[in-house]
Amino acid sequence: MLGYLIEKEFKLAFRDAIIPRITLVMPLVIMLVMPLVADMEMKSINICIADSDRSGYSARLTGKIAASPRFVLAGLPATYREAMSSIEAGAADMILEIPFEFERSLASRHTAHVTISANSTDAVRGGMGSSYLTGILNDFARELHEERSPAVGMSAAPAVTVQNMFNLRLDYKTLMIPALMVMLLTLMCGFLPALSIVGEKESGTIEQMNVTPVGKFTFIFAKLIPFWVIGFVTLFIAMTVAALLYGLVPAGSLAVICLLAAIYILAMSGMGLMISNYSNTMQQAMLIMFFFMMIMLMMSGLFTPVSSMPQWAQAVTVIDPLKYFIDAMRLVYLKGSSLSQLGRETAALLVFAAVFNGWAIWSYKKRK
Amino acid sequence: MKTGDTSIRVRDLTKRFGTFTAVDRICFDVKEGEIFGFLGANGAGKTTAMRILCGLSKPTSGEGTVAGCDIADAEQIKRRIGYMSQKFSLYENLKVWENIRLFAGIYGISAKETARRTDEMLERIGFAHGKNALVKSLPLGWKQKLAFSTAIFHHPKIVFLDEPTGGVDPVTRRQFWELICEASERGVTVFVTTHYMDEAEYCHRVSIMVDGRIEALDTPQNLRAKYQANSMDEVFRQLAGKAKRMENCKK
Repeated sequence: MLGYLIEKEFKLAFRDAIIPRITLVMPLVIMLVMPLVADMEMKSINICIADSDRSGYSARLTGKIAASPRFVLAGLPATYREAMSSIEAGAADMILEIPFEFERSLASRHTAHVTISANSTDAVRGGMGSSYLTGILNDFARELHEERSPAVGMSAAPAVTVQNMFNLRLDYKTLMIPALMVMLLTLMCGFLPALSIVGEKESGTIEQMNVTPVGKFTFIFAKLIPFWVIGFVTLFIAMTVAALLYGLVPAGSLAVICLLAAIYILAMSGMGLMISNYSNTMQQAMLIMFFFMMIMLMMSGLFTPVSSMPQWAQAVTVIDPLKYFIDAMRLVYLKGSSLSQLGRETAALLVFAAVFNGWAIWSYKKRK
Repeated sequence: MKTGDTSIRVRDLTKRFGTFTAVDRICFDVKEGEIFGFLGANGAGKTTAMRILCGLSKPTSGEGTVAGCDIADAEQIKRRIGYMSQKFSLYENLKVWENIRLFAGIYGISAKETARRTDEMLERIGFAHGKNALVKSLPLGWKQKLAFSTAIFHHPKIVFLDEPTGGVDPVTRRQFWELICEASERGVTVFVTTHYMDEAEYCHRVSIMVDGRIEALDTPQNLRAKYQANSMDEVFRQLAGKAKRMENCKK
């Protein structure tokens, strides 16, 4: 009986006008476009340097900033007021103000003040710009210090060394791609099963099924299988694109990824089926699905780290299946974690799969 | 017509939705191989009653047996019946033979047997050429004849038909009823709802529901005689005219 139902689901899925195409197109588009657009690295920040000192040191600092690939010198206005008007006009993002007697202060008191002003209407750009600039200023300060007291060595300036591990080039794409794969699976395997059952409700075929001896477990299980296959096709396309285009291959084992993905797809499909049992129309199912998807995506740590969320939000992320799979994918891809190191994530995903599918079977009523 | 044992037996069957009583203590028997017409105006409770008998809906109270099984045991009933709903319900994106294969497979008929019976059935209804057509490409008349043939494909004891000929042209309706009569002659009990009174004349016995209760139940001839009417149409209008439900709604 199960065999006939699975056969039917596959035929219906492949004959659908949209499903086979979206299975191929969606991973390609998401992997080709998203890593480039969902990039938090800032390049070409426009900076105005208002240099009131006009000294050797200030010229050297200006040159150092201009040489950085992060910054584009948008102008060298004489006054801060002038610089401000170029921010207002949108020509500049930041101002560095070098005060009069900058060089003298450095020479006599070994310290000097500069002011950084950043347009933070785009908070990310403002924040990142300030921190890049602070980095350059620290670097500049250390250079000066070393020049003046080479014999004393590390007397005053605190030297901080940062060594990045697992993502050596601090490449944002490396962090985003494994998470984008999770997003992809979520979209494909969450929406399609939900629409599949509601579609049968709308066309009336579900009632025909309900008067047959098909058990609800069998019916739901037959629905899950095709989406499982579709999920894996999507995942493999995405992984191939990541390897060919971005040279990103998992540091850990492929088997671990497949196992976790298998559990995750099951969990997401279960959630989709569960929602479809409570919806009578496609619109209802889509709306409810979007509601949960938005929250789950935003709270998953896909774009912003979970650790920077308020305490209550961090508590909520405990019930976000996306979070666990994104964590696990990043760990396997970047750090090469093995299954034994991913015990927490695996266990959580298994619980979600069991709860969602159990709920889906329980809430599917053959008889009212 | 083979008359034999009781196929459907219903006593005091009631279904309430909140304070609304859709089906009100109905009682009737249907004999094996009988074509039983289940008539009533829209909203009289026909479909609700039929859904209970098919195991799609739980009765609020009352008892009954369908094909020898208690109506509480819905899953057992489902093995022994066929059902064709108001809404067309074959898979539009499957081919004719694929739909038959699916439903036959669900009832545990072997693939080989299904293939043999499919050809035989399509031959009988004169649709052998349509075997590989997608169901969505068929005209409504063929869809309905196909849905009926699929509903009785697994040789159920009873077939429930909920307004099977809605929107179908008179010629096709006639052919459809020929299929029903053939099935009845093979011993399948046919339980059918309809709004076409000429179809009611084809039934062996007819019940007329008004406001959730069965107001009349007899052969078409006896009903015509009893209500001194020339046709079932007149009988129906006399009885359905008594309905209070819609008047109550207006208040």
